[in-house]
Amino acid sequence: MISLLKIEIFKIFKRPRTYIAFAVIALIIILIQVALKFGGEEYVGLMLSGMGDSFEKVPPENILNGYLVCFIILNLLLIHVPILVALVAGDAIAGEANMGTLRLLVSKPVSRAKLLFVKFTASVIYTLLLLIWVAILALFVSILVFGVNWLGVARELEFNVMEANDVMWRYALAFCFAAIGLICVASLAFMLSVFSDNSIGPIVATVCVIIVFTILTQMQIPFYDETIKPYLFTTHMLGWKGFFYVKAVDGVTVKGSIENLPAVLKSAAILVLYTLGFLGIAFWYFNKKNILS
Amino acid sequence: MKKLFLIVFAFVTLGHLSAQTPEELINKVKAKLEKVNDYTAQGKLKTNVIFIKAPIASVRVYYKKPDRMKIVNEKGISFIPKGSVNINLAKFLSAAGNYEIVDAGKEATTGLRILKLLPTDENSDIVLSTLYIDEKTELIKKAKNTTRDNGTYELEMTYGKYSSYGLPDKVIFSFNTKDYKLPKGVTFDYDDGSQKKTRDDLKNKKGKVEITYSEYVINKGVDDSIFK
Repeated sequence: MISLLKIEIFKIFKRPRTYIAFAVIALIIILIQVALKFGGEEYVGLMLSGMGDSFEKVPPENILNGYLVCFIILNLLLIHVPILVALVAGDAIAGEANMGTLRLLVSKPVSRAKLLFVKFTASVIYTLLLLIWVAILALFVSILVFGVNWLGVARELEFNVMEANDVMWRYALAFCFAAIGLICVASLAFMLSVFSDNSIGPIVATVCVIIVFTILTQMQIPFYDETIKPYLFTTHMLGWKGFFYVKAVDGVTVKGSIENLPAVLKSAAILVLYTLGFLGIAFWYFNKKNILS
Repeated sequence: MKKLFLIVFAFVTLGHLSAQTPEELINKVKAKLEKVNDYTAQGKLKTNVIFIKAPIASVRVYYKKPDRMKIVNEKGISFIPKGSVNINLAKFLSAAGNYEIVDAGKEATTGLRILKLLPTDENSDIVLSTLYIDEKTELIKKAKNTTRDNGTYELEMTYGKYSSYGLPDKVIFSFNTKDYKLPKGVTFDYDDGSQKKTRDDLKNKKGKVEITYSEYVINKGVDDSIFK
């Protein structure tokens, strides 16, 4: 099993396109960091524009720090990282079929379920490495460049502030949550990959699903909000932000609090259910699939 | 004869106390405040506004005569209500002759003397100031100010060991908040189901900011560069 997994990981990292994802993420993060270093004042101004009429201007240097920069990056990036995950997971089975090596693989003395499990595990490892790469660049490099201070999170109807020593554990949990979300996307791409003999199809299909679902998640149309939105996995993928929504007593943030932990856990559970569902379909179909290529 | 003298003396003294004119009282309050040329104070700032959840911030407050004041964050992020820094009672009171004083009697519950100050200067930021003064200690305990640009706000002061300078240990600043709203497209909120607030809930609410001072350094000089 381990040797099979090593082979699959070797296959993933042998392909140059695997590194495109790492390079693209590094480029985007560096571009955002440079933009905020030299033009962060405007961004902070926009972020605080909601309370501009009631309060004096908060000095940008007080609010712009490594923690905030990481939050901004994740806000922008975690919509796009799933697309990069789909590049690898969508290719896992369909890529083999496309190259004509799938029949050879299943003819070996390894069960189809085991083969599928190993291939999915390799996709998960790639996804986690991508997320660790995001964490290193977005969090640790931002801390080095911008330093640390309290974190201010702007929401539609309120502004949450937490102390600097109350932030790191939130990021640790947020990245764990993001991992669950990205694995869910990987399982979707992986499932579509089982149905196809061409790797482009599952990748494009996954990207399309993410785009359509994300638009439905962000649109504020009451009909969709009450009917479709609660069931979309993209709605729950935003759950990582729940770790940065705090409770307060008389306006004072309760240290170590999460506004609605049950909702965040529910979102995580829904993502896990989606993942199991996608994988269940993939295993069921692959086991009965007539492999001709 | 001795009794009569005592009765007359008591009448004269009490008569004098109750007859303390608004101008005399204001002058006494002013005299206390004028002892302070500058100060630096350490403080804890607490915000209680419906749309803000924030920890208590450590701030340093700088003041220099006649009207320079600055609140600097020592650590973290703090939200200072608009206009609160620029409005200074000491400056307002020192502008002798620039306001009319109306005696509004005493507050029934506290016995504080109520004086209404109406600036004669058309350009004054304060349009009307109502002061609640403790006649015994000659300290302003409460002030309600209506301003030209920043609405109406209230100040409530609690005094301690710096009362001889007219400097409070605690100030509660109450004000009317304006709307808070950011486009959802900017925030990409996670809907965790706990957000029961609506836009209407945030309109025209009372907000409070409390500053609790822990240490004053008075008349030791404050560098001008701090106010830049």
